[in-house]
Amino acid sequence: MAAEIGKVLNSSAARSEVLRRIRAANGGTAEGSQARQQWGEIQRDYRRSADLSRDQILDLLEDRLHDYDATVVRSKEAGIAATVAKLLAERERRKIVIPDGMNPAWLPEGFSFVVDTGLSSTELDTFEGVMTASTCAIALTGSILLQNVLGQGRRAISLIPDYHLCLVRVEDVFETVPEAFAHIDPSLTLPTTFFAGPSATADIEMTRIKGVHGPRFLDILLVE
Amino acid sequence: MSSAGSVLDPKTSPAFPIAARVTLEDTQLRKNVRHATEVIQNKRARVVGEMPDWQQLRESGSQIRQHTMANLDYYLEEFERNCTKAGGQVHWARDGEEAKRIVTSLVKASGSSEVIKIKSMTTEEIHLNLTLEAAQVHTYETDLAELIIQLGQDQPSHIVVPALHKNRQQIREIFQREMNLPELGEKPQDLADAARSFLREKFLRVKTAVSGANFLIAESGGVCIVESEGNGRMCLTLPETLITIAGIDKVLPRFQDLEVMLQLVPRSATGERMNPYNSIWTGIHPGDGPRNFHVVLMDNARSEVLADQEGRQTLNCIRCGACQNACPVYRQTGGHAYGSVYAGPIGAILTPQLQQLHHAQTLPYASSLCGACYEVCPVKINIPEVLIHLRNKVVKQKGALTAEALAMKTAGAIFRSERRFRAAQRLGRFAETPLVRRDGSGEGWIGWLPGLLGGWTQVRDLREMPKETFREWWEKRGNHGR
Repeated sequence: MAAEIGKVLNSSAARSEVLRRIRAANGGTAEGSQARQQWGEIQRDYRRSADLSRDQILDLLEDRLHDYDATVVRSKEAGIAATVAKLLAERERRKIVIPDGMNPAWLPEGFSFVVDTGLSSTELDTFEGVMTASTCAIALTGSILLQNVLGQGRRAISLIPDYHLCLVRVEDVFETVPEAFAHIDPSLTLPTTFFAGPSATADIEMTRIKGVHGPRFLDILLVE
Repeated sequence: MSSAGSVLDPKTSPAFPIAARVTLEDTQLRKNVRHATEVIQNKRARVVGEMPDWQQLRESGSQIRQHTMANLDYYLEEFERNCTKAGGQVHWARDGEEAKRIVTSLVKASGSSEVIKIKSMTTEEIHLNLTLEAAQVHTYETDLAELIIQLGQDQPSHIVVPALHKNRQQIREIFQREMNLPELGEKPQDLADAARSFLREKFLRVKTAVSGANFLIAESGGVCIVESEGNGRMCLTLPETLITIAGIDKVLPRFQDLEVMLQLVPRSATGERMNPYNSIWTGIHPGDGPRNFHVVLMDNARSEVLADQEGRQTLNCIRCGACQNACPVYRQTGGHAYGSVYAGPIGAILTPQLQQLHHAQTLPYASSLCGACYEVCPVKINIPEVLIHLRNKVVKQKGALTAEALAMKTAGAIFRSERRFRAAQRLGRFAETPLVRRDGSGEGWIGWLPGLLGGWTQVRDLREMPKETFREWWEKRGNHGR
């Protein structure tokens, strides 16, 4: 068996053949500097910056998130813990997993916040919710971006628990998709997740149903 | 449904007109397909309409894809280099058989006899599940629609919503039977909840996952997958081993190109402003996600498509399915009639080319050339142009001695000469006489024509030829004065 795997997995012959076919089809080998130059000449006349005012952008994000059936509340930095307490109480969630690097001042008394130290998937499944910060948000599409950094953590923690409370700083809200891409371009190799509302499906008669495998309940706390 | 239980393989499927005749009689299927395509089309039109820069995005999308194809070898090597540097292992496959051997070996080497799968048209194209099952590896499809297809022993009929030909009652029956849930309700929410609990245990237990890819990013060696349900995230995050299989056409030069694609895909595919989830990951990230990551880059005749100057734009496709929803033919026949996992307009050009036109010769004709597909295509693939190009190739491939080719040659000879044309008109009027039937008001109609011409009269009557042509009338008028 092992020998067989070795044979199959040495795909250098296949590699040369596939590249040979592509080069034959394209009439030669592509050259790096020329490819980079031609890439730079691609027409990009689509919108790449904001048209709306700060307040309009935040309203747009809120509107989009409501569309996806998420709850949105706003709070000043100083009021975060109290707002978190209110949201968790309304959702009746007590046992919450958090990533490393969450600001302790954001965590209210009376709940059980557990820092993820590489919990197993089965252990994560026992939590009633997860609370994270975020990298940025896109108003036009109602998307929020998470990356594997302090305060956001690894991908599994924001996936397995059924409820996600996510903090978004207003200064991290962009109007358009290209602005958000420019923002994360320096960290493009980090595991990155975009989410737009709770998990959903439209596979049954094209009816959008909230909640399949990802968190079914989503609260967004906009930090002003 | 005729195709249930069998595999949608162009090599063995009946020709489109024959398969379509069967699906056209399935009124339930037609109703389901009509409903689903109408809903998606309306949603798409609404969210595309709110984008003032939609045409600019399409133009950029088209240019990015053309540029990528023109430099495909460079970008694939760049992807391989960066993915490997980030801890991924890249494998190459000349065809589907080779890709299946590689994936099977990787699954076996991972020590698992089960895999969880993200919906992937590339794995459907090569019928990967059959191969894995034959190697005693059990596959669990985790996308809701794919689960419906798998449990119902059915075949996908749409690129994006593969079970759109099933309605909620039919899905409930499948789930009741296969999940052993006799009390299951028929509300979509009940059905989604059933899928959630059925699959959750598998997500937490199975150690190996197989996925496709929406985009490979050459600049970083990263991979992007878009989805709705979170099943994708589960498969990408929880298992120890992840095997991603991607056509060589899936590469994008740079991260920034995603900002175009991630605007075009969701609005075109499901009529949403953004997919509920997009995942982007690069190789291995210690402590986050799989410890082993493999990418299988598969050619499977894509390089042959690339070699055809007119056909190569087919490779620009980003698999949004908008052309299927817009197509008046697909909306009547549904997807199974195309005899391939790629149905609708894109299937009508992709399938024949992936099969060197030896199979699926009828598919380039499964179109009225109305152009609706071209209009909605987010990367501006001129599908009607490629269809005509392929029809031309089919005619050449069939040779000069078929009845159709001979008839066309004869018609050409007749049209070239006025004398022959007039003689043919006289002959036609004489020859049609036994076929003409008079209706109540004395109009003549032909209800049956022989041979090749019979295709026309199968579904409509033909008016008899006029007693006099315009030219004859004009000449007569000149001779006799006013």
